Amino acid sequence: MSGHTSSYEPTSRWGKWWDERLPIARMMHGQFVDFPTPRNLNYMWTFGGILMFCLVAQIVTGIVLAMHYQPSDTAAFNSIEHIRRDVNYGWMIRSMHAVGASMFFVAVYIHMFRGLYYGSYKAPREVLWILGVLILLIMMATAFLGYTLPWGQMSFWGVTVITNLFSALDTIWDGLGTGIVEWLWGGYSVSGVTLNRFFSLHYLLPFVLTGVVILHIWALHVAGQNNPTGLDIKAPSETVPMHPYATSKDIVGLFVFIMLFAWIVFFAPDYLGHADNYIEANPLVTPPHIVPEWYFLPFYAILRAFTGSFLGIPLGSYAKLLGVLAMFASVFILAFTPWLDTSRVRSAKYRPWYKIAFWGFVFTCLALGYLGSKPAEGSYVMWAQIFTVLYFAFFFPILPLLGLYETPKPLPRSISESVLGEGGHAMPAGAAAAPEKR
Amino acid sequence: MTDHVEDANRRDFLVIAGNAFAAVGAASLIWPFVQQMNPDASAKALATTEIDLAPVKEGQAITVMWRGKPVFIRNRTKDEIEAAAKVDPSELPDPEARNAALPSNDPAVDANRVKAGHENWLVMVGICTHLGCIPKGQTMSDVKGDFGGWFCPCHGSHYDTSGRIRKGPAPRNLDVPPYEFVSATKIKIG
Repeated sequence: MSGHTSSYEPTSRWGKWWDERLPIARMMHGQFVDFPTPRNLNYMWTFGGILMFCLVAQIVTGIVLAMHYQPSDTAAFNSIEHIRRDVNYGWMIRSMHAVGASMFFVAVYIHMFRGLYYGSYKAPREVLWILGVLILLIMMATAFLGYTLPWGQMSFWGVTVITNLFSALDTIWDGLGTGIVEWLWGGYSVSGVTLNRFFSLHYLLPFVLTGVVILHIWALHVAGQNNPTGLDIKAPSETVPMHPYATSKDIVGLFVFIMLFAWIVFFAPDYLGHADNYIEANPLVTPPHIVPEWYFLPFYAILRAFTGSFLGIPLGSYAKLLGVLAMFASVFILAFTPWLDTSRVRSAKYRPWYKIAFWGFVFTCLALGYLGSKPAEGSYVMWAQIFTVLYFAFFFPILPLLGLYETPKPLPRSISESVLGEGGHAMPAGAAAAPEKR
Repeated sequence: MTDHVEDANRRDFLVIAGNAFAAVGAASLIWPFVQQMNPDASAKALATTEIDLAPVKEGQAITVMWRGKPVFIRNRTKDEIEAAAKVDPSELPDPEARNAALPSNDPAVDANRVKAGHENWLVMVGICTHLGCIPKGQTMSDVKGDFGGWFCPCHGSHYDTSGRIRKGPAPRNLDVPPYEFVSATKIKIG
């Protein structure tokens, strides 16, 4: 893939003039028009393009909202209502941005589960995968900062709870955590000062995100795309040019995605939000039940699973620190997946046991999401603890052990064979590597 | 100007000294950009608050603001004081008094959480030591938790009638801020 050269040939004098000075058209043509993509990609591979759409949509709507929003503790809440009621089409643009954040996470979670299912994180795509984890982290930070801005009760108390996570460091070194929290707040509690700096950072991070996305696409175009068989491309006949083949498939997936997106924007704009966020922030009253946005619920459930005792093990004063560490670890552990998975076969299609483990992991994530939305009491706590253990068990020891003990199904000799059956031709010599046999 | 090769040691010294100077310069330039985020002069200025306790009857509680934080003041009943005094601090999740007026390792007995002669008045920062929510228990109708004190609805921390953590994820007892009685019924916090 990396050796792919653009077939672009400028025809006009203007095109030739540019090509000798800045060959950007040549690069774009080579990377996004005649770039070879595996011929067997399914609809799970359309989410990269969908995510690109989400990023652009969030930036465009966000820039517009910033023209009407006021980042001050006295004016922020009212300025959101001003946008919804007075600004021309503000009702629509605000919903696009708020719902867009949720849709962004819908797409990114599907994109990640796709990568896990088809083993897209394995060599030579480790850096590509780690950049993806970094993108997820920046997305989470941006979404969290953005949720502060409406300055409702959930905004205020969500920030209070999440920034207070850092105070757990007081357990390691007295005063360290409190110092960091007060530095983040710019005061002794969450206040208008905090709102102002969060607005500044919320505007900054999407551009940092764009930079990392460019690196992510660069890394993708060095290694080339994975495909449902997980096999390497062995001949040019196993690929099709990106345009019009992959691009037209991407557009079909994108249209379905946009239909769902638009339906929520126009018919249920507040469905994914929380009613308490239409009460202005009040530092003296905590809502009875604080929940983050749905996309953070699994991580929130892991945080809350660490109470006085964890499945009978007493934690004492370390409960808070352990909860915080587990929550961060639940994201960071993804970065180690390429080395935790010891199997040489990429795709779950040929890994019967891994397939079961994968769907078990999907169920675990959904269960944690459900438990994160429930109050931290009674049997919910015990179930959150059990699923927290299962979440981490998927990465260790299940992933390393599966690679050692699982017998993969026989792999087709090439993508062509998997597409065309045994009679598939276009079979180059030496393709029968049979990586399932050690 | 001579044509011999410059002394290597002299050159190394200049490179190291130059780089070290640049590093110190860069670090001292970063410092104001980090420091600007800390609490500013106007936040620090709101240091003290005076409160009249005369209208607070036995069994009642009030919430006042100090440095942007809620402070709980409860006029405790005899039963509440007795229940709090009976507890052995060594059995508590956090055995330290957490009183700004006392050294950090003093035990969390009830007497160390209040002022001598004013045992009925419990004054604490009303912020859960887990993740900063405001616990319930200030009004009559509130849920007060399993130990009759305060209950944090966010993640289920139970505090007793001395504001000490008894059950749930919070790591520390509620903090007692620095305060003093300026008259029999008036306190100054901060």
